[in-house]
Amino acid sequence: MNKILEARFLAPDIKLFRIEAPLIAKKRKAGQFVIVRVHEYGERIPLTIADSDSEEGTITIIVQGIGKTTKLLNTLEAGNYILDVVGPLGKPSEIENFGTAVSIGGGVGTAIAFPTAKALKEAGNHVISIIGGRTKELVILEDEMRNVCDEVYPTTDDGSYGFHGLVTDKLKELINEGRKIDFVLAIGPIPMMAAVAEVTRPYGIKTVVSLNPIMVDGTGMCGGCRAVVNGKTMFVCVDGPEFDAHQVDFSILSKRNKMYLPQEKHSLEKFMCNLDKMAMEVENARVNA
Amino acid sequence: MPELTPKERMAIKRHHMPEQDPNERNKNFEEVNLGYDAYLAMQEAERCLRCKKPVCIQGCPVAVKIPDFIVMVAEGRFKEAAAILKEDNTLPAVCGRVCPQETQCEQVCVVAKKGEPVAIGYLERFVADWERMNIGIQVPEIKEKTGKKVAIIGGGPSGLSCAGDLIRFGHDVTVFEALHEIGGVLIYGIPEFRLPKEIVKAEVDGLKAMGVKFETNFIVGLTRTIDELLQEYDAVFIGVGAGLPYFLNVPGEHLNGVYSSNEFLTRVNLMKAYDTEHADTPVFDMRGSVVAVFGGGNTAMDAVRTSLRLGAKKAMIIYRRTEAEMPARIEEIKHAKEEGVEFILLAAPVELLGDENGWLRAVKLQRMELGEPDASGRRRPVPIPGAIEEIPVDAVIVAIGNGSNPIISKTTPDLKVNKWGNILVDEATMKTNKKGVFAGGDIVTGGATVILAMGAGRTAAKAIDEYLKNPDVW
Repeated sequence: MNKILEARFLAPDIKLFRIEAPLIAKKRKAGQFVIVRVHEYGERIPLTIADSDSEEGTITIIVQGIGKTTKLLNTLEAGNYILDVVGPLGKPSEIENFGTAVSIGGGVGTAIAFPTAKALKEAGNHVISIIGGRTKELVILEDEMRNVCDEVYPTTDDGSYGFHGLVTDKLKELINEGRKIDFVLAIGPIPMMAAVAEVTRPYGIKTVVSLNPIMVDGTGMCGGCRAVVNGKTMFVCVDGPEFDAHQVDFSILSKRNKMYLPQEKHSLEKFMCNLDKMAMEVENARVNA
Repeated sequence: MPELTPKERMAIKRHHMPEQDPNERNKNFEEVNLGYDAYLAMQEAERCLRCKKPVCIQGCPVAVKIPDFIVMVAEGRFKEAAAILKEDNTLPAVCGRVCPQETQCEQVCVVAKKGEPVAIGYLERFVADWERMNIGIQVPEIKEKTGKKVAIIGGGPSGLSCAGDLIRFGHDVTVFEALHEIGGVLIYGIPEFRLPKEIVKAEVDGLKAMGVKFETNFIVGLTRTIDELLQEYDAVFIGVGAGLPYFLNVPGEHLNGVYSSNEFLTRVNLMKAYDTEHADTPVFDMRGSVVAVFGGGNTAMDAVRTSLRLGAKKAMIIYRRTEAEMPARIEEIKHAKEEGVEFILLAAPVELLGDENGWLRAVKLQRMELGEPDASGRRRPVPIPGAIEEIPVDAVIVAIGNGSNPIISKTTPDLKVNKWGNILVDEATMKTNKKGVFAGGDIVTGGATVILAMGAGRTAAKAIDEYLKNPDVW
């Protein structure tokens, strides 16, 4: 189980994995995620299922190497196994024919937006995709998005590719052009999602974001992923991960995600110093799997 | 040794459990209780009066034949003692450590009328440990294969005990577990210093040797539904526990440094966060900090004692009633006090206060007094008007109980549950309203004990065995 059939970098530090997981592939719907653990002493991290093939029995995840676990995961290659993969978790995206839907992905957020954009298209929406990146090489999944969307606008902060500016600038431009927008999906770093919420709020455009809090079990058992939505406590793993952007308290989410910064930094530094030793952990993970 | 008279047996004093020194153990995760040696165990076993009508058996939720195994201990026949014990208890090394004997078998022990009861729990632990360490866990006799398949949902106490009986009845048994390790609360909840994980693993390995199959990382309801399992299995037992943590619903619960006991203990136990050298999962760095745990049950004691071991300079239990009303085992309260835990009683948190970065800095407490008894028979805590104080804290762990996880009920709409989401069963058989589906443990009763869950698992196993013989009459 959990054999990696395909592994390739989409951008520096962003890697795509196609994994054998027939039961999850059969059940998963757009917006759902899996929890992954890479080695015996590893942590459990949530990763959105970017795509799946129920006939082939595979799921696709796209991982940005930021901390130790994601960097370790990104050292795995086709033929390796991932120690633990469990899912599908979370509520599926609420898909309906809204009319015109804008899917906004910032950085690796595009990988999370992709399955929902695809489902929105299949539901009959006119789907506009905005794919943001700091610079050209961080704009991912453009071809894949073009295959499932009606319009695709890459944007870069530095102007090295596509629209020069932030994803919110492109969204404002579309609104200012008088485009009728009925639904916005925004997935990316917290400041980006918070900014999109503020752009659409005055227009009353229904806007959904997918939250990325720290999780442990992913089944509602620990409450570590709690977020404040419309003044109420929600467990993102079972009540989400998608919520109405206009009701999410992004400030609390952002602070909670910083809870373990010192430990995460320490863990990453140790990892980078001990890459050789960590390669052994990977090897052990393979043997164990 | 000549046979002792009952009077002579009564004259022997209960043998204390050897323990790690409190000032040593509150800094490590090694087991607190060290266990009887063979000599102590045989001496203690002589205290049993071998009653003709042993009431202790009625006091045991799984009806262990207590005097029979104790007689074997007294004679030094430990292997036989283990075999007798395991006829009724799938996880004796676990139960010998975590059962509340003082309210079960030992409470009704006849010896207790004139002194302290026979240390049944310590003897159970000794026998199970002796077997494991000296001859290895023995595989009991298993009946001829029936060809019937049973799916057990949840690898915790109720599921494991149900699996242990069903496999002996000759059925094919598969346990589905959502987490990456088997054991449920025994693995994620109860700390290493009270129940070493190695012991849980050994008892699970015993079940594997008997032929029980285990599927980890499998969430029934999401990975596959109960209806899908029923296409392949002849019966299903649901033992998913009470896995949805309650919070206080007071302002400030989203602050960094605030945990549910489930999260805190899962990080430390299942994810091994105490082992900072190896484990990737972090937990709040408690070194030199002040930690408050809200609640008075065993989980609260586990959390507060874990905090001390993680280096807290001050670890407090904050409970809204008095010690007399605490649901925790007496031994856990005693151990916590010995280790330096402070008890703030008749106080309830009303607000958690944070700094500008979203970190907890203090808790506001409402002082209480006891009023009239409530539905549970315990005197209800009543706020004393105006008696509010603020105390500085760095971390808080909320250990006030768990509700039922809705994954099963949401994905099995025809399964009847009550308004709290607990599955409704016939108590004699643990059968639900859905044909071929049984349930037991905390998902039925709400948060209770390991042994009550195991008792429910056994009751269900017996009924499932009957059901499989003749499903049409059920």
